[in-house]
Amino acid sequence: MTMAQNAKTPNDVLIIGVGMTPVGEHWEKSLRELALDAITALRTDTVWVRPQALYVANMLAPYLSGQTQLGALLADFAGLRGIEAITIEAAGASGGAAARQAYLALASGMIDIALVVGVEKVTERTSSELEAALSTSSDADHEAVHGITPTAQAALLMRRYMHEYDIPDDAFAGFSLNAHANAVTNPQAMYRRAIQIENYLNAPMVSEPVNLFDAAPLADGAAALLMARTDALPESPPYPLVRVAASSVISSTVALHDRSDPLQLESVAESSAQAFQQAGLTPGDIDFFELHDQYSIFAALSLEAAGFATRGEGWRLAQDGAIAKDAGIPICTFGGSKARGDTGGATGIYQLAETTLQLQGRAGKNQVPGAKIGMAQCLGASGATAATHILCREDGP
Amino acid sequence: MEISRHWRLKRQRYALIGEVCPHCQKKIFPPRDICPECSEDARTLYQFSGRGEVYSYTTVYQAPSGYEANAPYTVALVKLVEGPMLTAQLTDLGDEPIEVGMPVEMVTRKLRSDGERGMLVYGYKFRPRLIEASE
Repeated sequence: MTMAQNAKTPNDVLIIGVGMTPVGEHWEKSLRELALDAITALRTDTVWVRPQALYVANMLAPYLSGQTQLGALLADFAGLRGIEAITIEAAGASGGAAARQAYLALASGMIDIALVVGVEKVTERTSSELEAALSTSSDADHEAVHGITPTAQAALLMRRYMHEYDIPDDAFAGFSLNAHANAVTNPQAMYRRAIQIENYLNAPMVSEPVNLFDAAPLADGAAALLMARTDALPESPPYPLVRVAASSVISSTVALHDRSDPLQLESVAESSAQAFQQAGLTPGDIDFFELHDQYSIFAALSLEAAGFATRGEGWRLAQDGAIAKDAGIPICTFGGSKARGDTGGATGIYQLAETTLQLQGRAGKNQVPGAKIGMAQCLGASGATAATHILCREDGP
Repeated sequence: MEISRHWRLKRQRYALIGEVCPHCQKKIFPPRDICPECSEDARTLYQFSGRGEVYSYTTVYQAPSGYEANAPYTVALVKLVEGPMLTAQLTDLGDEPIEVGMPVEMVTRKLRSDGERGMLVYGYKFRPRLIEASE
């Protein structure tokens, strides 16, 4: 453990409260109502202080809800009319990118208390409209125009991975089994049902070789974080303090074909390395990793690029059981996007809320024993953006 | 409709015209004006041969709006013999199984249609290479 990690300053940025809605098909709720539900859950979770700024993480509202200016809309709807409020968009990395903006604002001293809300409402449209909206996260002129979808792009990576490395047919099954096993005890999860290896092996293909259990189900959901700087902390929250020890956003090419080596997620490697450097930590110090498992191939590639596995070996951590919540490097401890449900631009906020609960010792049956340091990372599309945060329990190591 | 958008892209979509960097000679497709290799200006046009091989491929069953009529269809990452990679559909496949590494060549096909009265968008797709051209 280095000096950097233990040095506490008045400028430390803390997460002092979280709120989440269940993930699922909320036919009865609108975009703004989902967001308000998450904020209401947050307000009952912690000492509430009126924030000076609201950062909204969202990807699809302009396409699916015909709505921009979510900052102003949600601030007004939540009784916060008049505060600074904007939307941050980086596709599936929107959540991590919004938390990063809050971190920067708080660390700069310009803002004392910030509210970050991730919200996605996807059940308003038909599947072809949804696919078209999702495809906007790829290069419109050079990828989407050819009819490619995010699922197809994951399939292109997975096929190439299977081609380059000699791996068994069930190499990726462990990611799905782990996510579903962890979601059983998560009250917010969409699929609270464990699956067996037979379910995985017999699952229908959605885009070969990606099968139904390799792909996360897109659903409605909202999650919220209240963040503060130590010297601006109004009163002690009822739970252990959680400090943001590292915050990093790195971009890569939007188009998958523009990468010299598509199986190396450069943004993940860079963002992870930057985060480890900021926190003065190495992958070995991380107690659990909430990674981006929108597709199982992303989980394998993220473990490799972030430094938890060598190249071509990420799938082994799943097959060997090293990703279980009581094992070497637990991932997706509340079910991940695969079983909690994929909430698009809100994903990063769910990850950070879950990471906070783990570090506060409030994860219930999902608790990672003795968790003191957690890492959360979300990706825009197939890694055009990577947003990484490392959180530490303040009375920690 | 986006008429001007598709019109602007016609050289690359119809003729596979990209760029070559005058500083480091890197071949660039799609054209982007700044060399991704050496970050210098790269606006010299370059005609690609249209030959390449399949780097990876898959099938789209659940298509985005505008593409439903063609579903299911095969999409691929194609590595051009000159170096760059691009995203395109594979077509004219017949009964031949697709494989990673399969030689392919560019053809011009309809990419999407925007309804009965809408515009047709044409561009490149790739088919199994008919003749073994010397490279």
